[in-house]
Amino acid sequence: MSEKTKKQEYGTVGYYPGCALEGSANGYDVSTRAVAKKLGLGLKDVKNWNCCGAMEVKNVDPKLQTYLSARVLSNAVNLDHMNTVMAPCNGCYHNLKKAEYDLKHDAKSREVVDELSRKARHKTYEAGQVETIHALDWIKETIGEEGLKERTKGKLAGLKVANYYGCMYVRPRHIFPEKDQGPGSESTSKPHFMDDLLAAAGAENVEFPLKTACCGGAHTLSDSDTSTRLVLNILQAAEAAGADVIATECPTCHTGLEMHQVRAEKRFGKKTSVKIMYFTQLLGLALGIGPRRLGIHTNISDASDLIVDKRLT
Amino acid sequence: MPIHEKSLIRPENLLTHDKLTIDGVDVSGHWSTFIEARVVTDYNEELETEIAALPGGENIHRCWQCGSCTNSCTVNAIEPRFNPRYWIYLIRMGFESELLRDKDIIWQCVSCHKCTYACPRDVEPEGVMKATAHWLELKGHTARSPSMHFDLEFTEQVVARGRIEDVEVLRGFFRRTKQPLLQDWLVEIGWRLAKRLPVKWGIKSALALVFKPRTRSWGKARLAIADYIHEREEKDKKALHLDQSKGGRVAANENSAAGRLAAAE
Repeated sequence: MSEKTKKQEYGTVGYYPGCALEGSANGYDVSTRAVAKKLGLGLKDVKNWNCCGAMEVKNVDPKLQTYLSARVLSNAVNLDHMNTVMAPCNGCYHNLKKAEYDLKHDAKSREVVDELSRKARHKTYEAGQVETIHALDWIKETIGEEGLKERTKGKLAGLKVANYYGCMYVRPRHIFPEKDQGPGSESTSKPHFMDDLLAAAGAENVEFPLKTACCGGAHTLSDSDTSTRLVLNILQAAEAAGADVIATECPTCHTGLEMHQVRAEKRFGKKTSVKIMYFTQLLGLALGIGPRRLGIHTNISDASDLIVDKRLT
Repeated sequence: MPIHEKSLIRPENLLTHDKLTIDGVDVSGHWSTFIEARVVTDYNEELETEIAALPGGENIHRCWQCGSCTNSCTVNAIEPRFNPRYWIYLIRMGFESELLRDKDIIWQCVSCHKCTYACPRDVEPEGVMKATAHWLELKGHTARSPSMHFDLEFTEQVVARGRIEDVEVLRGFFRRTKQPLLQDWLVEIGWRLAKRLPVKWGIKSALALVFKPRTRSWGKARLAIADYIHEREEKDKKALHLDQSKGGRVAANENSAAGRLAAAE
């Protein structure tokens, strides 16, 4: 066991943004980087990273997805010499965790990854070399609630937030062995890390029953009516709970909520006005970073009035 | 009523007599509802084996029909016909004709992992849904689903360049499914964003479409993956006793890995 505490361990982490954060979820990327800078945390981009397979490649072949995720982990340990990789995207986070689990427990997965790595001429990835964490774990372990309280001075006071975690951060339970380990650990049935961080920044978390409901993100375009119905449930539940804003931690959920909020209005005449922001954008505002530097203007959901009303700048 | 008799109570299997008297008691109408007797002979004994041979279907034999999957299912909550437990039952029994009644909705699984979380037998019902949807397509019972079009567009980009570009995936998906790109709601989103975003942003997005994101040192991985996918497809076809000379699912156009592989040879 290393003598280092998690706080030191996570001080500088390998950063795996993933495809979405380079494209449609750019606001999540810039806000994560801005928050890291403000908090004095180091991010080292994983060299030559590739797509983790998202929710699509597994439907062509699940073990190909394991290879794609394993290549990212292999690069982190062999090219960057990092033993922690932080992925803010739930999809990436989930897939790296799943690859870790499969490589630890399934010989057939190891065989496929070893063979593909050999043919692709890079070192294979062996389970246990890298610890994958989410942006939530990272801020919680390094700065923590006390640290955020000091730095934000309750800046988000008066803001009612529905924390939305989605599917990939908590399910299935077996790929997250560190969760459900009692006090201090994350729960897969009632996750609370995002609630904890935003509460520390002064926000009022509303009682939101759909924290881990599915937004239909995998079929945002291919089965839009189903997605719109699922998203509308989430938006309406958040409004019923009195939320001003839904805090997100996943680009697929975030974009899905935003797109189907518009679609529900256009196609079904169901208008909802709750705003949608990445939790890093909210934390950034709490830390006194300007909205544009957090990419809030690049969200489809226009939160500019809310930011003025709640004096968040 | 046990799940395996569910099909017996479909409207077409119910017999009701407008006028019927039994032993001097008038049981006309509702009181004379009977179920049509049936004899099933068209079991497909290969059904479970074939679906278990496709990726995701491996653990179907573990199911003990507890129903936790359907009980937790996101899609079942809004479409009661979407019933993983029932389909797993039909597959294991070889009730192909009954399964085919639902062939057009099986692909709608949203991968929320609730069933995998709930399943006490590690069946991974989500995987079984994907395998079943593949089986239906490969056997020609259904056309390629919108979801599979999306997955293939996405996967081909990953294989070709190591990374995807979201707008390119969106365009590719609408092209494959022959839908217009200018959906009213997408246009609305575009307008809302255009009002707020700086010009710089538009230029950046346009450039991403021309200079697509790609992973450095990806070439060898691309070739290895193309090989792997080819082998996988051959294996699937063999398991399903399909004609192996027919082309694969991951298209061999010039931008795809398979295409480049062919060109390199």
